[in-house]
Amino acid sequence: MSRRHGGRGTRLGADLIGVVVFLVCVFPVYWMVSRSFLPRNRIKGEDPEIVPTHGTLANYRKVFDDGSFNHALVTSLSVTLLTVAVALLFAFLAAVAVSRFRFRGRTTFILTLLVIQMIPAEALFISQYKMLDGVGLLNSVVGLTLVYVASVLPFTVWTLRGFVDGVPHELEEAAMMDGCSRTGAFFRVTLPLLAPGLVATGVFGFIQAWNEFTLAVVVMTDPAKETLPVWLVAFTDSRSRGVDWGAIMASSTLITLPVIIFFLIVQRRMVAGLTAGAVKG
Amino acid sequence: MAHTAARRRNRLPIGLVLPAAIVLGLALGYPLIRQVVLSLQEFGLAQQFGQPPEWTGLGNYRELLGNGELWPVVLRTVAFCFVNAGLTFGIGLALALLMTRMSRVVRVLTQCGLLLAWAMPVVAAMTVWQFLFDTEYGVVNWALTRAGGDFQNHGWLQNPWSFYMVATIIVVWMSVPFVVFTTYAALTQVPEDVVEAARIDGAGAWQRFVHVVLPSIRPVLLVVALLQVIWDLRVFTQIYTLQKSGGVTADTNLLGTYIHTLGIKGGDFGMAAAAAMFMLALTVVLTAPYVVMMLRQERDQ
Repeated sequence: MSRRHGGRGTRLGADLIGVVVFLVCVFPVYWMVSRSFLPRNRIKGEDPEIVPTHGTLANYRKVFDDGSFNHALVTSLSVTLLTVAVALLFAFLAAVAVSRFRFRGRTTFILTLLVIQMIPAEALFISQYKMLDGVGLLNSVVGLTLVYVASVLPFTVWTLRGFVDGVPHELEEAAMMDGCSRTGAFFRVTLPLLAPGLVATGVFGFIQAWNEFTLAVVVMTDPAKETLPVWLVAFTDSRSRGVDWGAIMASSTLITLPVIIFFLIVQRRMVAGLTAGAVKG
Repeated sequence: MAHTAARRRNRLPIGLVLPAAIVLGLALGYPLIRQVVLSLQEFGLAQQFGQPPEWTGLGNYRELLGNGELWPVVLRTVAFCFVNAGLTFGIGLALALLMTRMSRVVRVLTQCGLLLAWAMPVVAAMTVWQFLFDTEYGVVNWALTRAGGDFQNHGWLQNPWSFYMVATIIVVWMSVPFVVFTTYAALTQVPEDVVEAARIDGAGAWQRFVHVVLPSIRPVLLVVALLQVIWDLRVFTQIYTLQKSGGVTADTNLLGTYIHTLGIKGGDFGMAAAAAMFMLALTVVLTAPYVVMMLRQERDQ
């Protein structure tokens, strides 16, 4: 759409609102990071320090020294990486099948994925809990990974299928003319072209599993088995110790950091894809 | 002959789909069936300790509808969903339109801010907002007191209305960026010459918007609106954490936390399963148009 229309007045008004929106978006993040470097007495001062100077790393030291954070970090990393690896492999196979073959049950499979994606976790966690409880997989990395893989699979298959569709099968055929087997052509030609798609989809899976709270709080009821999000909520809730906002903000910052980094990687690709047509015009 | 050949051709792709299908069947299909069964059984504490569950037919559903707890929760869930989805959609659309009018620098600045809010993990966002609205050390109370109000040690979460207001602020803050980015991307695709032609023909800004811009971004808006409804129907984390930090559970439960309270906390899995079936039905009703639309797209391809 054209940006030339509208007088100087509308532009000034739009810019003003833009700045306000920026401040509203950034303020909570700024508050989190800046408070994480303040000692307790300065957080609980009469007037908050809007722009503090001379911070301290004491809050971060406290978080790491406590031990329970590190423990939850290990659990979170195990579940997240396992989920991404399994989901990516299974989704990749399924995406190739759906994109490259016409077979019986294909439409049913696609339809099922679509419907599953609509089912809220809250509508199934009761029976998932009962099932995992029945086979002794409550409070286990394997149990949580199982339900995580199922919840990211539909989206992962869907996205990867788009990427596989994007690689013209004429390329494979050309390689086969040159003497490659069908499998050889796939691994030498198609797979390398899919690498960016696999990375993007994997990162999305990582963010989802890393952030997930609902299923984690249901499946990991034992405090020794908490993932980072569950640990953070419990830590915030531990009123008996007196709410230590500095340490809470420090751990929130630590949990946010990898997501922001990954998000920026994927986001650029996504926005580029979405607006590619507009740049040309 | 032709039959066996066809079967052989099917073998490879079905083998490729199988691992994914098995996981989905194990982690979602089986629990779904199990849940239907569970919702028809008496499954409380006694059963947890080994007694066989008792069939009660529609007893759980009858009790759920009869005891007067479910309807207020459903009503609150739907109201919360529509208020949040409506606000998110309205603000998002308005911001996307404003973004086309901003100067380049401010637009990039706005996008960066929105990206940051979007990327924030839910639990981290929750702790920060809880801190901002904290009774004693919250910056909101401090600022409002400074502005002349009586907000010293004001508790935002005890009263259900202000509890939901805080929840709404947080949910909208987190959801608006998605709407803005998607809508803005669609707006940049609107053919400029058509808008220009309408302008030359004497169409005002509002007319151009309603008759040219709106029709061409309608498909995107439809998907965005439906996704928003789906997501806001299942708000759990925000309500759960706010309840933990001072909200009254019975007065503030939405469907997700209600099921959790019944089953995981209360141990009444039969009733919780019945309530979950309710949530499932509600989701199906609200998302049917979206699924039908996607199906049509799939068929057209």
